[in-house]
Amino acid sequence: MTSAVSFQKVSRHFGSVRAVDAVDLDIVPGEFFAMLGPSGSGKTTCLRLIAGFEQPTSGSISIFGERAEGVPPYRRNVNTVFQDYALFPHLSVLDNVAYGLMVKGVGKPERQKAAEEALSLVRLPGYGARRPGQLSGGQRQRVALARALVNQPKVLLLDEPLGALDLKLRENMQEELKSLQKALGITFVFVTHDQGEALSMADRVAVFNDGKIMQIGTPEDIYQRPRTRFVADFVGSSNVLPPDFVERYSGQRRWGSLRPESIRVGRGAGGEGVAARLVSTNYLGATTKLALDADGLRLHAIVPAGTALPVEGEAVVLTFNREHLHLMDEPA
Amino acid sequence: MRSDRGQSAPRSLKAAAACGLLFLHLPLLLIFVYAFTTEEKSFVWPPPGLTTQWFAVTWNRPDVWQALSLSVRVAAISTAIALILGTLCSAAVSRTRFFGRETISLLVILPIALPGIITGIALRSAFSLADIPFSFWTIVLGHATFCVVVVYNNAVARFRRTSGSMIEASMDLGADGFQTFRHVVLPNIATALLAGGMLAFALSFDEVIVTTFTAGQQQTLPIWMLEELIRPRQRPVTNVVAMVVVLVTLLPILAAYYLTRDGDQIAGSGK
Repeated sequence: MTSAVSFQKVSRHFGSVRAVDAVDLDIVPGEFFAMLGPSGSGKTTCLRLIAGFEQPTSGSISIFGERAEGVPPYRRNVNTVFQDYALFPHLSVLDNVAYGLMVKGVGKPERQKAAEEALSLVRLPGYGARRPGQLSGGQRQRVALARALVNQPKVLLLDEPLGALDLKLRENMQEELKSLQKALGITFVFVTHDQGEALSMADRVAVFNDGKIMQIGTPEDIYQRPRTRFVADFVGSSNVLPPDFVERYSGQRRWGSLRPESIRVGRGAGGEGVAARLVSTNYLGATTKLALDADGLRLHAIVPAGTALPVEGEAVVLTFNREHLHLMDEPA
Repeated sequence: MRSDRGQSAPRSLKAAAACGLLFLHLPLLLIFVYAFTTEEKSFVWPPPGLTTQWFAVTWNRPDVWQALSLSVRVAAISTAIALILGTLCSAAVSRTRFFGRETISLLVILPIALPGIITGIALRSAFSLADIPFSFWTIVLGHATFCVVVVYNNAVARFRRTSGSMIEASMDLGADGFQTFRHVVLPNIATALLAGGMLAFALSFDEVIVTTFTAGQQQTLPIWMLEELIRPRQRPVTNVVAMVVVLVTLLPILAAYYLTRDGDQIAGSGK
């Protein structure tokens, strides 16, 4: 089966900066694919390479089997939802949505009908006559989505589309995007720096750092079995354990990762486990995050709300199941 | 400041404002009055008598028509050149980064910062050096140097306010370069170009200094007026021309004012 998007050794350099560095990537048709990474990690440049706003310095890109290098954005069957939405302020909402069909020469009644349908799809029926300036942030985002979907793209690219929305709205949009993607069956490629967003929405996640892909896998893979220290730390702020520490518990001299929620915190000194001291507590609502110091090693533990907590500075004992200690591929 | 809205300003401030406006506009009325005077050799106040004969005299003087048509043609062509070059230059400076970008931006603005007499002398020596005979086109070139600046300034400010990803969005939705310019770029900068174009036209229309250096035998309207003031015959003809010019230019200026005002409301709403 041909990939929706395929990168072979793709690099994009800006002067001496390697924004994207020899990336290999295959996105399966119909999947919800997230590109996750800190700012400057190359994820947005990858998205722009797919859209055609950037051309690779080396390597080759194909979209549904067709070579994409040198093909301008307006000849790709790919549409983008921009971070700032990029709606046209001089056009009505309906004309914004119908824009793609208008430049392709679709007749007025036909394209307006299609635009109305796209607006219904994003639950904004009857908003066509308004100007983008009269809409709220969440509504503008839906218009941007409708404007891209009306062209029936093979791949929909979303560049941090939820970044500008407040928390509640963002959670609603996450669910809505996910069900929209299921219903339409279009390949979604989604760029985000929010690991929670990537894990909850995507079928597969690629974690970017320094222009390279650190790991590609299902959200569960990435979360439970990080391959490198960077992935363990960036996705879910796992405790990264040095080889010396890991050797004591697993017998293998490798870097390890231990989820904060896998650590049990017992009060009092002595007994089986890792001796540590409580540095600070951070109340998060449903859970409480504890910062601990185990003989110079800084660890985090997450305990459910309502657990009796030690006071700051108190000596504690940390225990965990051996199988929760994940050994990473990264060499010691 | 907001809280002062609706409250009346003190009477003294109103009086001062009225005096200021009168000081600015009374001389214009004076010009209008002298267009009707019966005294043709000098301007005396009050006019010894009123007549409308100067309108007929003006209408029948070919030199008036020549000067007027030359000025309109020069202003129209300079403005057209300025609209094209100013838009292209502002697009390059605000949309891309390249070596010497700041320098180009400064050099474009320079002609309006320099005294006109320097621009004039520089152009005159350059034309002589290059053996270019003074003609209609040398006047146009001289005017275009400062007309480009006003269009450029207006367009660059507008480009800065419009989101760069809009152009990418248009390309993404299938529009090629020309379609993007036609459907996205142009509508967004149109009012800025209109305002810049009107200003360029007005600047060119009443330009004297650069024109004296770059014109051959031709007389543009302002130069014709200057010459006319020295002659002791049929003086009110100048006033008739001035009055007609004021009235004719007022209409497009009012139109531009209303057009750009509405445009800004649309562009600015929701911010």
